[in-house]
Amino acid sequence: MAGPAPAQTPRATPTPSPVPAPGGAAVRGSRSQPEVMTGAQAIIRTLEQLGVDTVFGLPGGTILPTYDPLLDSEQINHVLVRHEQGAGHAATGYAAATGRVGVCMATSGPGATNLVTPIADAHMDSVPLLAITGQQSSKLLGTDAFQEADIVGMTMPVTKHSFLVTNAQDIPQVIRSAHHIASTGRPGPVLVDVTKDAQQAELEFRWDDELDLPGYRPVNRPHAKQIREAAVLMAEAERPVFYVGGGVIRSGAHKELLALAEATNIPVTTTLMARGAFPDSHPQHLGMPGMHGTVPAVAAIQKSDLLIAIGSRFDDRVTGELESFAPGARVIHADIDPAEIGKNRIADVPIVGDAAEVLDALLTELRTNHSAALAAERPSWWGLVNGWKQSFPLGFEKNDDGLCDPQYVIQRISALTGPEGVYAAGVGQHQMWAAQFVEYERPKAWLNSGGLGTMGYSVPAAMGAKVGEPDRQVWAIDGDGCFQMTNQELATCVINKIPIKVAIINNSSLGMVRQWQTLFYDGRYSHSDLNTGHESVRVPDFVKLAEAYGCEGIRVTRNEEVDEAVQRALDINDRPVVIDFVVPADAMVWPMVAAGVSNDHIQYARDIRPDFSGESEEGEEA
Amino acid sequence: MSRHTLSVLVEDKPGVLTRFTGLIARRGFNIHSLAVGTTELEGLSRITVVVDVEDTPLEQVTKQLNKLINVIKIVELEPETSVRRAHMIFKVRADAAVRVQVQAVVEMFDARIVDVAVDAVSVEATGEQDKVDALHRVLEPFGIKEIVQSGTLAIGRGSKSMTDRAGR
Repeated sequence: MAGPAPAQTPRATPTPSPVPAPGGAAVRGSRSQPEVMTGAQAIIRTLEQLGVDTVFGLPGGTILPTYDPLLDSEQINHVLVRHEQGAGHAATGYAAATGRVGVCMATSGPGATNLVTPIADAHMDSVPLLAITGQQSSKLLGTDAFQEADIVGMTMPVTKHSFLVTNAQDIPQVIRSAHHIASTGRPGPVLVDVTKDAQQAELEFRWDDELDLPGYRPVNRPHAKQIREAAVLMAEAERPVFYVGGGVIRSGAHKELLALAEATNIPVTTTLMARGAFPDSHPQHLGMPGMHGTVPAVAAIQKSDLLIAIGSRFDDRVTGELESFAPGARVIHADIDPAEIGKNRIADVPIVGDAAEVLDALLTELRTNHSAALAAERPSWWGLVNGWKQSFPLGFEKNDDGLCDPQYVIQRISALTGPEGVYAAGVGQHQMWAAQFVEYERPKAWLNSGGLGTMGYSVPAAMGAKVGEPDRQVWAIDGDGCFQMTNQELATCVINKIPIKVAIINNSSLGMVRQWQTLFYDGRYSHSDLNTGHESVRVPDFVKLAEAYGCEGIRVTRNEEVDEAVQRALDINDRPVVIDFVVPADAMVWPMVAAGVSNDHIQYARDIRPDFSGESEEGEEA
Repeated sequence: MSRHTLSVLVEDKPGVLTRFTGLIARRGFNIHSLAVGTTELEGLSRITVVVDVEDTPLEQVTKQLNKLINVIKIVELEPETSVRRAHMIFKVRADAAVRVQVQAVVEMFDARIVDVAVDAVSVEATGEQDKVDALHRVLEPFGIKEIVQSGTLAIGRGSKSMTDRAGR
């Protein structure tokens, strides 16, 4: 299977890896006496020196050399997954919950291709991910050798960067560079593909070489002139609103956001990726904008005269029809990625920089040169906004089938678990309900696949989050469709004692598909019934499935039973818990702006459209 | 569509051209011509690419290209402030009867005959694209058997250099 063994050279005695200083800042192995080791040992040593404590992965032929020294590492906890996709999402869940780089490892060929989805997912949601894959020996590259796949080529459009390593001596430098690129600037996935012969060959391990990345210079500090111009717009605005994106969470800028928002008394909206960047309980918070956003958030953006976009990217799920998005607003757009600015909406004041630094600089500038504006109470604007908040709070209509209401289930999970919990969702209706009805008070509490929309994200991401944050209660709020894509990782959770809680919002169908079929396809339910729920054959039976894995399995069919089941799940911490919440298939996510339609046409509930006419200070055409 | 010439300084590493062209292809832009080679600085290559694209998407794709880790610097070269050269070789039917006429055309265009066979000659021409295209039209009636051309090469006028401050 592998190429010929490398020429025998005197082997250095493998020495146990020393425990590195936290953060990997220590410089070991002086230039005078570099330690000789194999490429595989160098991979493990480099990860240790970078402070990596967890690797999610699954071994196979071409990564076997690296799995050997991994067995001896005292620092690195390797979590053996059941499918490489699970390793990838676990690593991104770990990264999103902790803010540290998530690391996953797989073999060549199918092992590597199974990582493509989580890599693409991390790329869309700017998650720092280091993916290490084995590759066939360099002499066999390009020959269609067994389990050979050009994973560098395949992932080129969905990685921040990637490396193919064929020379053992390059390993420490490349892995350090990959880790650096993944975690700085706009975070993202970096792939390192290492040929088997490079893992087996020997090198002199050096740690103190300079990183050689002449083309990589992320800009963190915003330009002073842009900050001054932005502050002027903020001081002049009568109807400003913050449009906060996931960049605020990745940057750790929630404190700076709170300070600036409170100082300016400007309302705040948080996108799907930014839930938790600003406390839900804060009176200035209007909730989530976009397709399933709150009426106050959507309306405030539509009627605003200044949009202060921080680490957000004017995604189509937020803007709806772009031409009619916030039509009267000037735009301040701050992002660490210059390519995001002006991509969808022209910015009046573009600011390139790290969200925390931008927010901090804006507050300083406003305090120094616009202190009068800071005191502005904006009574007419807040009057409008508070009117929307009062008239159109988030809510739902209870079902009359006697089943659980999905929104109620999620409200109760949130209430009983509290804001210190972590909530990872899959993709679809349950994801939107989890974004709407969990109360987020802190960043990194909400994990989801926002950009790519990856069904199956939830269980492995929750697993990764629980490994990274073992003292927190971690929920996977999943759908019956999503759950069936990645539930094999329950085995990983049981074996490795990772006691996540899984709440399956089981409507026996691909719920969001069904909702669109109800609304836009005359109720023709083409291939969206999954037969897992109420009055179906229940294939699979999720309670039995949970029990087969060694998890606690609970079925809840009525609202009255929800609290007891959730509490029981919270009390069990020696194994995962799976709760099958049986909900009606007809429950829908509201509010909603149909795809490609103007946000002005938001529906609060089916066929109920808020009437904004006469409310705008500019007046609105009918 | 308008035509733009970008000059791009990149690290000389495997796969860089794939990343570069892949990003352009992903946006659905067509590459009109491409020329790549090493520079006076070791480890750096220079890509000269001519693309047909409107101004706004060009700015966007330039920002995205700039994000590529191996890309050091990108400048757009405007026609007024740069020198551009095309380089073409034509294999033209030319037996004894017309060879003198072909030779006369070649001299008129300041081109050169670089290979001679019994019934054909190979003509090398460099210059502005218009001039090379004109030569092409004049040679056409003789019968062109084969054409090969490099991408446009372009360099900014004056003493400033794109690689100033790009050294490591």
